[in-house]
Amino acid sequence: MRRVVVTGLGLVTPLGGDVETSWKNLIAAESGIGTITKFDASDQKCTIAGEVKPADHPWGFDPNKRVDHKIQRQVDPFIVLGIDAAGQALEDAGLTDMDDAMKQRAGVSIGSGIGGLPGIESESLTLANRGPGRVSPHFVHGRLINLVSGQVSIQYGLMGPNHAVVTACSTGAHSIGDAARMIRDDDADIMLAGGAESTICPIGIAGFAQARALNTSFNDRPTEASRPYDKDREGFVMGEGAGVVVLEEYEHAKARGAKIYAEVVGYGLSGDAYHVTAPHPDGLGAENAMRMAIRKAGMEPSDIDYVNAHGTSTMADTIELAAVRRVLGDDLGGASMSSTKSAIGHLLGGAGAVEAIFCILAIRDQVVPPTLNLHNPDDGTEGVDLVPLTAKKREVNAVLNNSFGFGGTNASLVMKRVD
Amino acid sequence: MSDIAERVKKIVVEHLGVEEDKVAPDASFIDDLGADSLDIVELVMAFEEEFGVEIPDDAAEKINTVGDANKYIEENAG
Repeated sequence: MRRVVVTGLGLVTPLGGDVETSWKNLIAAESGIGTITKFDASDQKCTIAGEVKPADHPWGFDPNKRVDHKIQRQVDPFIVLGIDAAGQALEDAGLTDMDDAMKQRAGVSIGSGIGGLPGIESESLTLANRGPGRVSPHFVHGRLINLVSGQVSIQYGLMGPNHAVVTACSTGAHSIGDAARMIRDDDADIMLAGGAESTICPIGIAGFAQARALNTSFNDRPTEASRPYDKDREGFVMGEGAGVVVLEEYEHAKARGAKIYAEVVGYGLSGDAYHVTAPHPDGLGAENAMRMAIRKAGMEPSDIDYVNAHGTSTMADTIELAAVRRVLGDDLGGASMSSTKSAIGHLLGGAGAVEAIFCILAIRDQVVPPTLNLHNPDDGTEGVDLVPLTAKKREVNAVLNNSFGFGGTNASLVMKRVD
Repeated sequence: MSDIAERVKKIVVEHLGVEEDKVAPDASFIDDLGADSLDIVELVMAFEEEFGVEIPDDAAEKINTVGDANKYIEENAG
């Protein structure tokens, strides 16, 4: 069977415009969450978010590095973030100079949960206020979810599969899992896979707040707002950013002497068949996805050293934890589990991919990132290492990454160190 | 250079992300400045906005160079 490994990483997060800055800040227990600056949010129930910082900030993102000025003007921010993360991953993998034969075997699978919401909002206002003749000719293709993959393919000449997953907050994990299968099935040797999201705009915040999904009590203490497993948690904090990995067939990577971060060994998918926004209280869907991923990996639950939880800082956290306990054991078999959403917020369609990269870096550096703001662990968390407040050095050979989305869609990935 | 030509140049630089000195009167939007047909639609909208002029589709189709744009606006604006 064709094996699939990770040979390149790219990140844009509220903690940094690249992989190393984001990771360094995450391990240092920094928070990327603050008062919304992109628009005046003072009339919103929630006024905080995990924004990607501007280029002049020490953790900032400079869109001019990899994205043409003209494209920046035409497309929604999620596409800009996605193109940049994809470019970072290709550079990291040493694949910016592929020949034509290689490019025909290299594809893209970068999805988004919602896509170009800020542009849909602003162009709708243009339509209403100024008429159809003022709507941008780039409106449609500047907002479509698959246009991260489309733009990346055009910019880097990648002619393999061109795909985009849309499964709400599971998008990033499904993107990596599906792309790994494309390599396994011999559709491609290389896949850029991940997710991108940028919906911190008035209708995005209002929509999630009206769905009672967002945090609303910590507007004056933004860095304390995302607190998975804590008794005082009361909703997620929206984040934005992108995560993209280079997936590559193992022999292909070995033959060109590529640096190999980890192997994607297991992928599990399931549906809750229960409710559009709430997870099933029994957590059976989550449990099934995790069990499938571990089984496909040919591993035992006890092999897992670190779980990057979905853990959104909502009531669903303990439902997930109970499911993880059923799969890994009451003490998680000694595994550590944390939610990095505590530091960057919930990147929706980008979350699964960004968190998969954090898992890979945990393997690389043998350290697990913390769950911030976990001062009073909720009932049901006893005896589990949720890595409160500070990062922890430990052995990490195999990781489990969970992502769950609206519509009751669940995805789990298992990755492990390659010796 | 006329005021109109200066303002046209500014819009072209901003929309197409090209160097200012490339925006010469005989420069073709598509062949010299890297625009595609949708970029031209957007440029025409920006000219309409800036100069308060309406550029109908059949006239827009004949605007191929920076000079064409300058000329149309000089003849039809205000």
